[in-house]
Formats: sequence, structure tokens, C-alpha cells
Amino acid sequence: MTDDTLLKTPLYDLHVERGGKMVPFAGYAMPVQYPLGIMKEHEHCRSKAGLFDVSHMGQCFIHSKDGSDAAAALEKLMPGALQVLQPGKMRYTLLLNDDGGIEDDLMVTRTHDADGKLYVVVNAACKDKDYGILEEKLGHLITVEPLEDRALIALQGPKAVDVLAELAPEVADLGFMEATAVTLEGVVCWVSRSGYTGEDGYEISIPEGEVKALAERLLRSDDVELIGLGARDSLRLEAGLCLSGHDFDATVSPVEAAVTFALGKKRREDGDFAGAARILKELSEGPAKVRVGLKPAGRAPAREGTPIADADGNEVGIVTSGGFGPTVGGPVAMGFVPAAMAAEGTEVQLMIRGKAHPAVVAKTPFIEQRYVRKKAS
Amino acid sequence: MIKFTEEHEWLEVEGDIATVGITDYAQKALGDVVFVELPEVGATYDKGDEVAVVESVKAASEVYAPLAGEIVEVNEALEGEPGLVNSAALDAGWFFKLKLANVDDLDELMDETAYNEFVEGLD
Repeated sequence: MTDDTLLKTPLYDLHVERGGKMVPFAGYAMPVQYPLGIMKEHEHCRSKAGLFDVSHMGQCFIHSKDGSDAAAALEKLMPGALQVLQPGKMRYTLLLNDDGGIEDDLMVTRTHDADGKLYVVVNAACKDKDYGILEEKLGHLITVEPLEDRALIALQGPKAVDVLAELAPEVADLGFMEATAVTLEGVVCWVSRSGYTGEDGYEISIPEGEVKALAERLLRSDDVELIGLGARDSLRLEAGLCLSGHDFDATVSPVEAAVTFALGKKRREDGDFAGAARILKELSEGPAKVRVGLKPAGRAPAREGTPIADADGNEVGIVTSGGFGPTVGGPVAMGFVPAAMAAEGTEVQLMIRGKAHPAVVAKTPFIEQRYVRKKAS
Repeated sequence: MIKFTEEHEWLEVEGDIATVGITDYAQKALGDVVFVELPEVGATYDKGDEVAVVESVKAASEVYAPLAGEIVEVNEALEGEPGLVNSAALDAGWFFKLKLANVDDLDELMDETAYNEFVEGLD
């Protein structure tokens, strides 16, 4: 059934053993769901804890070539304040092109190593492209070291902290967007308090040969269920989080994609990153179109590609992510509308299979984010 | 009389009226159903026309007319409770009632034994 050319993550056997329905995703055979089903997996993650295999994502170290800060080099293509990252702190940022479009979104973490090297995680579908861009544009300053022998798993949900703290109590001390080396079941892992669900939780980078044993240990807890790509998508959609290549692409700016929180304050003042001219202009004058949340009035889900019309039926935009939100208990979507129609409560029509379905522009996230932030110490 | 199609629909027939739904195999393959778009009463369809849409959390799938006919009733309970398609695929989760244009067309469809053999051959 599964195409032989697909790559397998180090947890492939575990997925199959536990009834995962394997589908092609970004060149990998990945589980879209397990026997529990998307709805229950989603609800379980929001109420207890879900375990995700995200080993298909691109993990790498970024080293400086000349002893200067590798973050200074990345800042040429990324608009976040990266040089100021202290060891163990991570930041969500964007890889920009010269036109101010978003090639990908990614996580950058400062390691505790003396050389200040960075640990970076990029999207699976973009890793070759991203590494190529970094080599081409910054190759004289930095070295990209892909970590192909490491797996990545995420433990997400309100019980994640209790489950993981059983193995290593110190993980409870991490705050949201902090990371450190932690020994789990005798294996040194790189653990961050972060994720893609809107819930509290952790992402764990571990040598590929050790990941199955750790996953099985975590699954021994009654609070933990495996979560497939289906629920991963509905969880991140409810949390209002972008899916790279869908909610933005290389033509869309951070202002249009409504991820201006990723634009550092001083970085905006300095304007010293790729595409800054367009991005700063859109910040001051407003973009032509912008990504918004959409809440359909009825029960019909509006999927990616659904046209958005104004009250008079004129097509004005398009849905970029959409489906059913199990926690919301109804359909939710995100899409692009003209800036003049971006205010919360603006009435639009979603043209599902040619028929108009009323919806309103809604704030995101659709659910309450439950990140655990720690006071600066 | 109950008949089945290769598209995993069932038809329970009384006279020239067929109550149509999707099979247990189909609902399991779809996963949790969250929305069903039903046809208009009075609409007529040829065999194979798209009649309804069933949406799971993950994706939308079409339901095709198993035979030619006219829609005489739809299951309005599915609007408020689409999960009936999962929990009661073969009874309360029915989609629509079709007045068959030609009752003899039923002979083209599978009986329960033939359908079960068909499904076994798929896995």
C-alpha cells in the first residue's frame, strides 16, 4: 500500500504496530490517525496528553564560521531578535526572501555550548529548500549541520508536564519557549517547552536509536495517546497557528500573514533584514490583504481553497486552512481577505461547493492557549 | 430487501422507494463525520451523479446516486447530529429516500453476501 519511495521516521514500526493509518506527507510515510480516530485524539490531547512523531521535521545546528555570532548571520534573512537569545531560549521566526515573502517559519534556539551555536527546527516539506537558501546566502558566514540521526517527538497537553516530570522533574521548571539538555531514561535529550497545539507541552530531540523506547515508556502512562497528522492539523488550526506553504508562502509577507509578533521591535527600527522595504511599508501603510480567522455560522466545514465572498457575493479572498474544530464544536477556518474586511465580526460568505455559507471574521486562536510562562529569573 | 454498491452504499427497498445510506465499512474509512450535505427533496438524479457530501474531520467525500431516481425525503436528523453516520450507519444514519426510476435496476446491485465478499477482497 505505502509507496516504497517514501522515507520512514525512526518510529515507523511503532506507528504500524499501534495501528497507525500511514499516508504520504512531505516525502515521509506518516500516521494520519490511529485507531482512536482524529476526533478523540484531538480531544485527548486537549484534556490529557498527546504524543506526536515529528521526526520528519528538519533539525540542524547552525555554526558560525569565524567565531562571530551565527545569529547575526541569520538575522540577515530572519526578522526576529536572535542575537539577544540567551542560552536555552528559543524564538519563532521566519525565513524571508528579498521580496519580503515567507519561505518558511522555524524555531531558533540558543544552545548552552560555548560557541553559542544555534539549534534550528524547520518544516519537513521545506528542509532542503531552507538549508539551500542558508548555504547560498549565508554560506560564507555559517555552516548548516543537519541532524539526520536525531528523532523529534512532541508531548502536548495539560498532563504533559506531569508525565514527563516523572522521568525528569526538572522539565517542570522550564518556561514556555525555553530549552535545555535533559536525561530521559538514561539518554541525553534536548527538551523544549513548546509545541504546535496551543497547549502546554514539550518537544524532545533524541538520537534516533533511542526514540522508540522513550515513546513506549511515555505511552505506558494512561494519560498519553498517540496523535496523528489529522488531529495535529485540527489542533494547530484551533490554536490559530500557520501551516507553512498553506497559510503563507513565498509571496506572502509577515504583515499579510498576521505574524507581526515575529518582527522584533529593534529589528523593525533597524530594517536590516531581507525584504524589509516591503515589510516596513506594509507595517506603516497596512497590507492589501491579511490573514484572518473565520467562523462559519453553520456546520459545513470550509476547506483550503474555498473562495471567500463579501456580502454582495463578490469574490474577495480564499480560505487557506479550514475544517472542523473538535474543541470548538464546529467548523473553523483561516484565510485571506482585503484589509478593509479584516475587522472582527465582518460578515463574509464562504462559497462551499458553489453555495454561499455565511461566516464572520473571528479572532484567533479559536481556543484559549494554555502556555506555561515562567517569570524571568 | 437490502442491496449494496461498490461505492459502499446500502439501499433498503420497499416497493419503489429505496432508503440509502453508507455502509459500516465506509463510515469506518471516513472517520468521525462532522457534516452531511443532503440533496433537495424533489431533485432527480441519474446513477452515479453526486447526490450528497459527507465530511469527516479530515476531508470531504461525495455520495453518488446508487441508481436513477427522485429524492422524496432526506434525513434531517443528520444536520444536528452528523455522528449518526458513524454510530448508526445502517439505520438512524440514513441519508435520503430515493423513488427509483426503474425498480429492475436493483438487479445490478450486490446482495449482502456479495458485498461482504467484495469488502473482504479490498483489505
